[in-house]
Amino acid sequence: MTTLKDKTESAAPQARVRRKSELPTAIGFIALGLALLVLAPAVLSDFRLALLGRFVCYAIVAVGIGLAWGRGGMLTLGQGVFFGLGAYVMAMHLKLADAGADGVPDFMKLYGSGEVPGWWEPFRSPIVTVVAIVAVPALVAFGLGAAIFRRRVRGAYFAILSQALAAAFAILLVGQQATIGGTNGLNGFKSFFGFNLYDPVNKRMLFYIASATLLLMVLVVWQLYRSRYGELLIAVRDQEERVRFLGYDPANVKIVAYVVAAAMAGIAGALFVPIVGIISPASVGVVPSIAFLIGVAIGGRSTLFGPVVGAIAVAWAQTSLSESFPSFWTYFQGAMFVLVVAFLPRGFAGVGALFNRRKETA
Amino acid sequence: MNGDYLELTDVRVTFDGFVAVDGVSMTVLQGDLRFLIGPNGAGKTTLVDAITGLVAASGSATFGATQLLNQKVHKIARLGVGRTFQTASVFEELTVLQNLDIAAGAGRGPLTLLRRRSSVPEEVEEALEIIGLGDLRDKQAGVLAHGQKQWLEIGMLLVQNARVLLLDEPVAGMSAHERDETGQLLRRIGAERTVVVVEHDMDFMRSFATSVTVLHAGRVLSEGTVAEVQADPRVQEVYLGRAATTGEVRS
Repeated sequence: MTTLKDKTESAAPQARVRRKSELPTAIGFIALGLALLVLAPAVLSDFRLALLGRFVCYAIVAVGIGLAWGRGGMLTLGQGVFFGLGAYVMAMHLKLADAGADGVPDFMKLYGSGEVPGWWEPFRSPIVTVVAIVAVPALVAFGLGAAIFRRRVRGAYFAILSQALAAAFAILLVGQQATIGGTNGLNGFKSFFGFNLYDPVNKRMLFYIASATLLLMVLVVWQLYRSRYGELLIAVRDQEERVRFLGYDPANVKIVAYVVAAAMAGIAGALFVPIVGIISPASVGVVPSIAFLIGVAIGGRSTLFGPVVGAIAVAWAQTSLSESFPSFWTYFQGAMFVLVVAFLPRGFAGVGALFNRRKETA
Repeated sequence: MNGDYLELTDVRVTFDGFVAVDGVSMTVLQGDLRFLIGPNGAGKTTLVDAITGLVAASGSATFGATQLLNQKVHKIARLGVGRTFQTASVFEELTVLQNLDIAAGAGRGPLTLLRRRSSVPEEVEEALEIIGLGDLRDKQAGVLAHGQKQWLEIGMLLVQNARVLLLDEPVAGMSAHERDETGQLLRRIGAERTVVVVEHDMDFMRSFATSVTVLHAGRVLSEGTVAEVQADPRVQEVYLGRAATTGEVRS
């Protein structure tokens, strides 16, 4: 009964497939690439560039949230978990690489037994580390997703569950002083795969790596959005039950988006560590998990570039505003969020779409 | 595939002690346009829910040699059983074409899914023709008229390759003209399929039913042609005071 799938497609006339022009997206992508890889390094000081590098990491998380939430309808308030998994894997590797002749990271001698726990050992290998940065968050997301979506947990229940996980994850980390640094987290990294992290050239290199990664993630999500899977994901978001009656298991469709979003958050966390120089429970808990979301909402969650631009803009505004008006930022952020939710449910990207629609009907 | 038919034997659905469907047995042959009527609460929609896996049931419902009851919803759909709902539920943000393409694709592999649609599948093209929405293929389904949405849903059943079609009040809220078109459409597609229509609209039933099953309080009250059922005194009794005078039962 399912043999229908592809046999007829080659015969059908090509001209009947009408597509939206992809030129605007391509132009947007090139503009983003130029802004990050050419403009920003040319005009920003090293300090500002490192700051932007941190925001680029947030933007990578945001791209994943755009996929899971904007297109998949999964309001994930716990991306900090996956961000943290990627970050801690990277941080563990850097600590091991920086360790002296005995191979024991400094903080373990201070707080721990002075012996490296067995589960740290695999991360001495750079290859294992790079694989684990993607695989650990992806596998955790797969396990969670399979448990949550197959039980048809969704909407607010899913949001609360994901947030609770972020809280639990942060608490778990705080309790592990001797093995992963507890509240202090892991910090004081000296080198990154053999490159000295105090060298300004290498700091710039990290910015380029982060920016190139962001562009790659945007390409991945772009392909997902224009594929048949992207259409199916929207269908699941809007009418999950109906999709079931068409012979799909919506849980599988959602798990894919959730896993991709988690992998992206993990990669972002791994890049965050050498750029910022510290990862601690404060960067992976409930508050950062919600902060990831704000930029996505403001930028436009179901668009391709909205989450990227929104995440960078909000983080940038936070930094510059809190430099000038330290106590003012929180109010501004709250007001912004309320305004967007109330008047621009599609974020600022929705403003453009509004104009387009008017043009179409005219 | 010829000769496959839908056979229900002693189907029973109970919600917390309340018996919604109380031992229904019926056989629907291919090419038959079977109407399922009955007063509100007779168990019509619940029966459809049971066949499509939405509620647990006891007894047996087979199509061909396959047992349908108590399987997962999407597995039953893949066995060739499709349904529509009382309220049209299409994917409003997607175009007509995309709606149909999704319905056609439950068997697609991951690689096909991760690519773009390079051409329109033939069965989608055919369905667009049959339901008469060819010119609206690139319109968002959300802007379609109510009747067009129902036709799109029927089209989705066609590309889904459903051979048992369970339609829950397909003409509710339609104009007289749309009802007529829908009836013609059901006749055209019903010849090669097994179609069950849950309906309240008696005029529509009289015009298009080949056979009728009347449900009352979860049981089959009467079954036969339109004329036979109308002549059945038990049916008249159930509908007396509500339908016999006006010829129509409304919810």
